[in-house]
Amino acid sequence: MSEAAAHEAIKKTIESNDVVLFMKGTAKFPQCGFSAQVAQILNHLGVPYKDVNVLEDQGLREGIKSFTNWPTIPQLYVKGEFIGGCDIVREMFQAGELHDLIHQKGIAHTNHG
Amino acid sequence: MSAETRLREKLMVALEPTRLDIINESELHAGHRSSPNTGESHFRILIVSPMFTGVSRVGRHRMVTDAIADELKGSIHALALSTYAPGEAVG
Repeated sequence: MSEAAAHEAIKKTIESNDVVLFMKGTAKFPQCGFSAQVAQILNHLGVPYKDVNVLEDQGLREGIKSFTNWPTIPQLYVKGEFIGGCDIVREMFQAGELHDLIHQKGIAHTNHG
Repeated sequence: MSAETRLREKLMVALEPTRLDIINESELHAGHRSSPNTGESHFRILIVSPMFTGVSRVGRHRMVTDAIADELKGSIHALALSTYAPGEAVG
């Protein structure tokens, strides 16, 4: 996939899904500890999300970095907005801010703790 | 020059930190499938800098990764990052 095509695909994905996690591996089988941590946090909050495995396409793997101007994976998007990578998502989760964000954006989730 | 030394120099210049911990965790990941096994692949960095005051989490991380962009394109495979402004509780 070319960079332009990757950016187009990414844009489409984050516009058509409330919560998107670009990760190495899949939600069920993460292939990187950082990606696994974010998947685990989203699972804990009970928020449905679209997982995109960047390892499946080299163009996508590089394209997501230039799309966001963010050099690492995973990357979490909520309602089309870039939230952060693993460290930021974990800090926000621990501070209760991630739940607040999901709630404020009106995204259904099962765990309100 | 080791990757750790290069990171330290660049971050000292770019962010004028009051505390900068750089921990090389490459050994911990030496076995895993995608590890480059260079001994300079996985780093954990903690930075306290007055330049982070009033900057969002994403903004802080971008300041760090911009400063070490060359390293991130090269040998560094993974980076765990904690960023604090002076006065914030260091976790």
